[in-house]
Amino acid sequence: MKRFGGGGADPPGAKWDLKLYVAGQTAKSLQAFANLKRICEEHLAGEYRIEVIDLLKNPQLAKGDQILALPTLVRKLPEPVRKIIGDLSNTERVLVGLDLKARTAKAGS
Amino acid sequence: MRRRQFNTRKSENCLPKCPTGIRGLDEITFGGLPRGRPTLVCGAAGCGKTLLGMEFLVRGAKEFDEPGVCLSFEETAEELAANVASLGFDVPSLVAANKLAIDHVYLERSLIEEAGEYDLEALFVRLGHAVDSIGAKRVLLDSIEALFAGLENEAVLRSELRRLFRFLKERGLTAMVTGERGQNGLTRHGLEEYISDCVIVLDHRVTETVLTRRLRVVKYRGSTHGTNEYPFLIEDRGIWVLPVTSVDLRHPASLDRLSSGVPALDEMLGGKGYFRGSSILVSGTAGTGKTSLSAHFVNAACARGERCVFFSFGESADQIVRNLRSIGIDLGRWVDKGLLQFHVARPTTVGLEMHLVKIHRIIGEFAPAIAVLDPVTGLIHAGTAIETNSMLLRLIDVLKEKQITALMTTLTGGSDAAETTQVDISSLADTWVLLRDIESGGERNRGIYVLKARGIAHSNQIREFVLTSRGVELREVYLGEAGLLTGSARVTQEARDASAALAASQEAESKHLVIEHKRKVLEAQIAALQLDLATAEQEARQVIAQDELTLRKHEQDRSDMARSRSANTGPREAGVKSAKARGGRQ
Repeated sequence: MKRFGGGGADPPGAKWDLKLYVAGQTAKSLQAFANLKRICEEHLAGEYRIEVIDLLKNPQLAKGDQILALPTLVRKLPEPVRKIIGDLSNTERVLVGLDLKARTAKAGS
Repeated sequence: MRRRQFNTRKSENCLPKCPTGIRGLDEITFGGLPRGRPTLVCGAAGCGKTLLGMEFLVRGAKEFDEPGVCLSFEETAEELAANVASLGFDVPSLVAANKLAIDHVYLERSLIEEAGEYDLEALFVRLGHAVDSIGAKRVLLDSIEALFAGLENEAVLRSELRRLFRFLKERGLTAMVTGERGQNGLTRHGLEEYISDCVIVLDHRVTETVLTRRLRVVKYRGSTHGTNEYPFLIEDRGIWVLPVTSVDLRHPASLDRLSSGVPALDEMLGGKGYFRGSSILVSGTAGTGKTSLSAHFVNAACARGERCVFFSFGESADQIVRNLRSIGIDLGRWVDKGLLQFHVARPTTVGLEMHLVKIHRIIGEFAPAIAVLDPVTGLIHAGTAIETNSMLLRLIDVLKEKQITALMTTLTGGSDAAETTQVDISSLADTWVLLRDIESGGERNRGIYVLKARGIAHSNQIREFVLTSRGVELREVYLGEAGLLTGSARVTQEARDASAALAASQEAESKHLVIEHKRKVLEAQIAALQLDLATAEQEARQVIAQDELTLRKHEQDRSDMARSRSANTGPREAGVKSAKARGGRQ
């Protein structure tokens, strides 16, 4: 888990609660974590918390969040729950998935 | 012969099979599904794919000690449990006992954003976890095609599916994979491309408003299998596939004979009645007394303490009992004693197979000696003639195997020849009793004859069949110059015969009297003559005696005279004198 470099900024009352499901430290999962971290720092600095869940260690957790594809990013908070699958290399779609697209557009204007 | 042995060895050694426990399916597949391999079950919506899969898991867990995992892509565990509860499967308790694990895999495309490369490793993780947690041997994937709707990247999905089936094989899991029937292929998304070991197609068809489900093993690599379409049904104990061709004609033939309940009919059947375990067909037009004849048979069997089951496809049990009371047969008491069971069903309420299964089950549970199907032609309405025929064939085979005597009645139409049964089951019947109407002299009477009776020296006579308040009675029909007479014509003729016989006997009587009189007269004459004769004889004897006396007197006199004269005078002279004296006296 340490290879993922921890959850970064982990404020106690984080507005954004993100869970990244992976199975071991595959290229895809490392890539996904790196991409996620970058996007969060860029758009949600100080407001987010990332929890990485390794299903190889806790396979029973896959059921709860209906995880099928890996890697899967689950936005637990803010509600509603959103899911983004893949290594998050397509930033545009990650932002859409996280519902950040509108926000960035607003900030830019 | 050699080839057969080879086949047997092959199926035993080369391809291990996993019995499903589903009734009939293991017979068709000669032992079950290929062990350690996936089997594809495809069919249209609502044809029973999920139930087949769940029964495969439940029976595996309960009967073969092979726990199972269900990855359900459509229904939740609760829904699945509720659905199969109607088949008598207690899924929650199996789950609690760690014999079954259900994982509902749910994908909602609108809530998922695809951003980059991914695989379905989590599916493997979940499946692997579920399998490991209960030591599963069986897997059901129902229906994995839902993934095609949930994921955009079909290329990834296809390669992952390939990996999934390889994974199942590597883990040695016997899997059942369901798929929706597609337009061009067996499944909508071409699952058959990945699963090539065994493919089962389910189908349901509605023929004349009656639904029939069918199952066919399309493919079974490395094994022989039944290739027909087999009807199957979903009833309250699960799925039942009915193999048509697996029954071979090896049922035992009993020498035991059963009374038909009508002594005169027994007489027509070689004096002893039907063979035990044979199939008896009673055919006739409407109202010829088929049910009554069946009731006699049942009544006689119950009186012997044998169990009977009466399947009625036309009348309710109460109605049958009431109606039979009018001919003096009380079947109600046998019902009360538990010797007789009535099972009544409208033929059209359920499909033909459902009827068959019900009959099978009742027979299996009740173990009767006799089964009556009245009328068996009613079942035609539950299917086509061909289906009914094959169903009856199967039913008769099953009954014979269990040595149950089957009495089936069939209704022949008025326009048909009497020897025609609507369903061509006559060749299945060992004994065929035909009831027919004989119309003459403005009335309709019933005739009965034994058309065939395999192995029984039966009467070739047509008898008149009468329903009386004491039951069925058979009368000799009158065969006279005017042909066959029945009913009142027969009664009239019989009366005529009786009076003629009376007249003849009276005439004979008077002749007797005349002869007697003559005899007496002659006897009197004889007596008189004999008396005359006796008198004459008596007189003659007296005369002779007198003569002798006279003669002796003469001799005495002569000798006396001679002595007194002391001279030898000739006796001749003296004799003449005495003769003269005697003649004078006369």
